[in-house]
Amino acid sequence: MKTAVIKYNSGNVQSVLYALERLGAEAILTDDPEQIRSADRVIFPGQGEASTAMNYLKARKLDQLIRDIKQPFLGVCLGLQLLCEHSEENDTECLGIFPVKVKRFIPENSQEFKVPHVGWNELEHLADNPLLKDLPDSRFVYYVHSYYAELSEATIARTHYIHDFTAILHRDNYWAIQAHPEKSSKVGEKLLSNFLSL
Amino acid sequence: MLTKRIIPCLDIKDGRTVKGVNFVELRDAGDPVELAKVYSDEGADELVFLDITATVDKRKTLAELVTKVAKAITIPFTVGGGISTIEDVKLLLNAGADKISINSSAVNNPGVIDQMAREFGSQCIVVAIDTRDMDGIDFVHTHGGRKPTLLKTQAWAKEVADRGAGEILLTSMDHDGTKAGFANELTAEISSALSIPVIASGGAGTMAHFKDVFTFGKADAALAASIFHFKEIPIPELKSYLADEEISVRR
Repeated sequence: MKTAVIKYNSGNVQSVLYALERLGAEAILTDDPEQIRSADRVIFPGQGEASTAMNYLKARKLDQLIRDIKQPFLGVCLGLQLLCEHSEENDTECLGIFPVKVKRFIPENSQEFKVPHVGWNELEHLADNPLLKDLPDSRFVYYVHSYYAELSEATIARTHYIHDFTAILHRDNYWAIQAHPEKSSKVGEKLLSNFLSL
Repeated sequence: MLTKRIIPCLDIKDGRTVKGVNFVELRDAGDPVELAKVYSDEGADELVFLDITATVDKRKTLAELVTKVAKAITIPFTVGGGISTIEDVKLLLNAGADKISINSSAVNNPGVIDQMAREFGSQCIVVAIDTRDMDGIDFVHTHGGRKPTLLKTQAWAKEVADRGAGEILLTSMDHDGTKAGFANELTAEISSALSIPVIASGGAGTMAHFKDVFTFGKADAALAASIFHFKEIPIPELKSYLADEEISVRR
């Protein structure tokens, strides 16, 4: 059972690999289409800026590869945003797996709400979904982001910051999470191990 | 609801923790990986590692340590101390650090903040500011707070935010080591003026001090060292106290 972690110009993929290692998963970091296609599941991590990341994916034809993929696929952080339709970050057309728009947090009161949204916040209103099975009672996950996906039909968990936003998306074989499960203590580990057993 | 963060800070020299750690359950109190794991399991929200290694060749030891820590813990951690170039940052992030913290190098060459934020994203660039009150005016200090600069703290905090810092770690040299409480007024002034999170540091002595810095001080996170290392305030107890005082914390 091999998990491919898509290598692109995003920061900090190392921590995703270490988290998979802790869970005993066999993982490879790769941008080779054949390796990605033949993996049992695929993780699309991310940190960075949307348009640069999209350009990088297009230049290597990884955009079409991601759209065609059939096995369980998990986008993380920027990975979630890139799976959406469009991001306000530098007006970027994204992959369009989820018909959802990504917007920038705009605080009405900048003393109370800072941007980026940094720190531990809670997953709420969880849908019945295999990714969310048997999560611990404490549902805090670690966030670092300035842009968020709007609530949609594909939303299976929400978080509240300034307003409700999409914490986790699911459609067909695609799942995506805005927080960093690899940095989210026991809850994050459970989310990842649920993904590994999909 | 976004929670307030509690951040233990470990001083590292040549790959070992220094400045006294007194954790009875540890086999080896000097091992940063073991200590990091204890804090991570106890519910610390993040960790900061401050490298005080003097020589450049011992830096490699730091990168190896960062990898060991990254493999062992499941919460974010920041590495600081002597970081000045893009290469330094790349090395530590690739080793597994989530954020890096810069201090003197930012003062000496403020453009490095813009450069690092562009290259790696603001989210992983923390600017540490050591501040001291001099005749009623707060001035930035470097070299572990020993060397005064002409920069006024409030203006410098705004500048680093404008240049792309993702967070500010504000240490009051006047309060550090006193255990008499955080610099709440200054922290509040800076936190209110900026749209990025402020981590308050220096002066923690009681659980009430944490409540004060989160309320009066408007801090987003609070950092401390010895009170955690010597178990004067266990993190789980601190968190239940804060929750009772209606401060939002992760438990």
